[in-house]
Amino acid sequence: MVSRRPFYIVVALLYIIGLALVAYRHLAFNVPLWPGEYRNVWSAEAKVEFDANGGPVIASLAVPDTQEGFTRVGENTASPGYGLSFVTKDGVARAEWSISSATGHQELYYRADMLSDPYAKALPTTIPPIDKSLEKQPIAFAINQILTAAKSRSADAFTLTREIVKEFQIQAQNAALLEQNKKPAYLLVEILNQADIPARVVRALNLEDGRRRQRLVDYVQVFNGDKYDLFDPVTGVQGRPDNLLLWEYNSVPLLDVTGASKSQVSFSIIKKMVPVSKALQAKFEHTELLNFSVDMLPVEEQALFKGILLIPIGVMVVVFLRIICGLRTSGTFMPVLIAVAFLQTQLLTGLLGFLSIVGVGLVIRSWLSKLNLLLVARISAIIITVICIIGGLSVLTYKLGITQGMKITFFPMIILSWTIERMSILWEEEGPKEVFKQGGGSLLVAIMAYLAMNNGLIQHLTFNFLGLQLIIMATVLLMGNYTGYRLSELKRFKPLADELHKK
Amino acid sequence: MWFFEKYTSPFKLGKLGIMGMNQRNVSYIGRYNPRSLYPLVDNKLKTKRIAVDAGVTVPKLIGTIQHQHEVTKIAEMVKEWPGFCIKPARGSGGKGILVIMRHADGLYYKPNGSSCTTNDLERHITNILAGLFSLGGKPDFVLVEDLIMFDDVFDGYSYEGVPDTRVIIFKGFPVMAMMRLSTASSDGKANLHQGAVGVGLCLRTGKALRAVQYNSPMRYHPDTGRDLYELQVPHWEKLLNLSAACYEMSGLGYIGTDIVLDKKRGPLLLELNARPGLSIQIANGAGLLPRVRKIEKMADTDIKRMSVAERVKYAMDNFGVLQP
Repeated sequence: MVSRRPFYIVVALLYIIGLALVAYRHLAFNVPLWPGEYRNVWSAEAKVEFDANGGPVIASLAVPDTQEGFTRVGENTASPGYGLSFVTKDGVARAEWSISSATGHQELYYRADMLSDPYAKALPTTIPPIDKSLEKQPIAFAINQILTAAKSRSADAFTLTREIVKEFQIQAQNAALLEQNKKPAYLLVEILNQADIPARVVRALNLEDGRRRQRLVDYVQVFNGDKYDLFDPVTGVQGRPDNLLLWEYNSVPLLDVTGASKSQVSFSIIKKMVPVSKALQAKFEHTELLNFSVDMLPVEEQALFKGILLIPIGVMVVVFLRIICGLRTSGTFMPVLIAVAFLQTQLLTGLLGFLSIVGVGLVIRSWLSKLNLLLVARISAIIITVICIIGGLSVLTYKLGITQGMKITFFPMIILSWTIERMSILWEEEGPKEVFKQGGGSLLVAIMAYLAMNNGLIQHLTFNFLGLQLIIMATVLLMGNYTGYRLSELKRFKPLADELHKK
Repeated sequence: MWFFEKYTSPFKLGKLGIMGMNQRNVSYIGRYNPRSLYPLVDNKLKTKRIAVDAGVTVPKLIGTIQHQHEVTKIAEMVKEWPGFCIKPARGSGGKGILVIMRHADGLYYKPNGSSCTTNDLERHITNILAGLFSLGGKPDFVLVEDLIMFDDVFDGYSYEGVPDTRVIIFKGFPVMAMMRLSTASSDGKANLHQGAVGVGLCLRTGKALRAVQYNSPMRYHPDTGRDLYELQVPHWEKLLNLSAACYEMSGLGYIGTDIVLDKKRGPLLLELNARPGLSIQIANGAGLLPRVRKIEKMADTDIKRMSVAERVKYAMDNFGVLQP
């Protein structure tokens, strides 16, 4: 007797690996286990306005990228008449519009779709250089006073930043003097630089649904070693607030326009709810992440895979109904293929189509059987007949205005032909009763498989969690090892059991 | 409750030792029948050859038809034989078997009296060659065999068909036997699910134990009215010996042997079945499991030392129900 241990080890491994893959995808990539979840996608639109001087114009706008908290899932521009390119200057991406001549007020739009995503990659960051070129007196003196007071109460770069902001409020006179000269964010960076702490001003957008004509706000990015944190330069609050999108974060100008005047940028924001599947698809479209998922494939192949990944579900249903329930079908996996066709046609159309094709096919086959043809030729004739029936039904239903009827072209024709052939033989040998029994059994299994495969939750799970395939595999293997009674046998042996029990 | 009226509990079945389909497939067929030996039993011509080599008697082969161009030879081939039987070499479940009792003036008469023409025979043979009846639709070939003249003792027990004896052989031991009798509703076929009557046989005596049709017990043959409980198979020990010898011959651990009793030649091996059905339990009113388990407990070396006759003796002593 062959040892069963390796078998159980393999099954256990399949379960463990499968569950681990599912868990990994759920936890590491935030793929929900339940379909119908939504994610926020913020559409932030920058409107660039300027008055063109009549000559060539180049407008260059800093654009945001995937960052902590947000994944950029799309960008869009509207700029009639302008040439547009996304250029990279000093490692910083910008949108650059150009036109040979323009006059008067111009409006250009750039929109970024940012997915709220706690698992988004952080931005690559360089530590800014320290600029210690001192201001003239009395500004340098005021800076020094604030810095000295703040330093005495601080331990590191982050606490120092907070204390400097506090000191602004305490030394109101000094603060007023300094703020005449510079905006608070730049001032804070200058003071930090004096204390040998790298810092830079970044420009951010507060995401709030339905806001228009927004401006970017200044934040200060302070480095403590190679870590950094964001500070509100006015309140001194540390950390990135929720829904704060960094728009310009490389110490470059937000907007750069040549050949025009009175340029300005304003922002409007809307929040969209996007189904998770769509959000994930957009997210993984452009990533090179090592993650086993179908999301990385082109959309067309994804659609194909969506169907293929469902087949194991149908197969599992067949295995269950045959091994555990003991249902009989004509052709082992014919029901699965019929169920796949049902997915395309919807159940009712599919059933009607299937029954009409098989019915008409059986009538024609009964005539063919009189011709005494060779089997292969006969099946071929049936295949052609089936195609004719499908064509005829499609045209007929189309003429009648039922476009649903067109969908019966999705049926696997070779399978249908073999089904007709088998049913016909069965009819001749065992009579119509057996035909309805087996045909009905096959259809019942096909409908069960369809219901399983058409289930939204199952479609979501199979498509998003490839690990599930291993779990299905293990389950099928386990069922293959099932030596218990089938449901049908409990009925079959019932009279025998009752009789033996009486004795 | 409806469910409990129609279904029994699996524990009850287990206690009674009734073998289920899954257990048969996994624990017996899967474990004791090496896949490589299947062609021997799935192909009736090969079965015949090894049977002849092993000295097991089989029905006479009139001829074979292997190619389409030979199909028209059929009339010539059977000219000298009053009755014959056309079979696919790789058929299963009795599918594709055509029995002709007699022929005259180009018309061939089936057991139920209906006739067919040479053309019909050729079409049937063409279908067999194309693989219509074979497992997986593989191209097949045709055996034409001499008709079996079954023993007179079975007169009235079978309607329009050859009564055959099915014996389950496990590791060379007969473990259960039944007689399969065709009826009008089974259309001359001997498969129980098609309506044939199954008569469970005592392994010690070859006497009828009980009879069932469509899973329910009965006493009289539905078409001839004969008392099935009077049935006793002659040459019983010889028949069991022939069946048990099929173990060495085929190398398969769990098989069903189909044996017919010919008037002149005695027990003939009709075919071997590597996947014998489970209805035999219903016909016998007993589960297979206690018997096969008893054999599974025996050491392989002990079994190897036993001759065919010794194994048959063991089975008669241990699995017999009636006293001689």
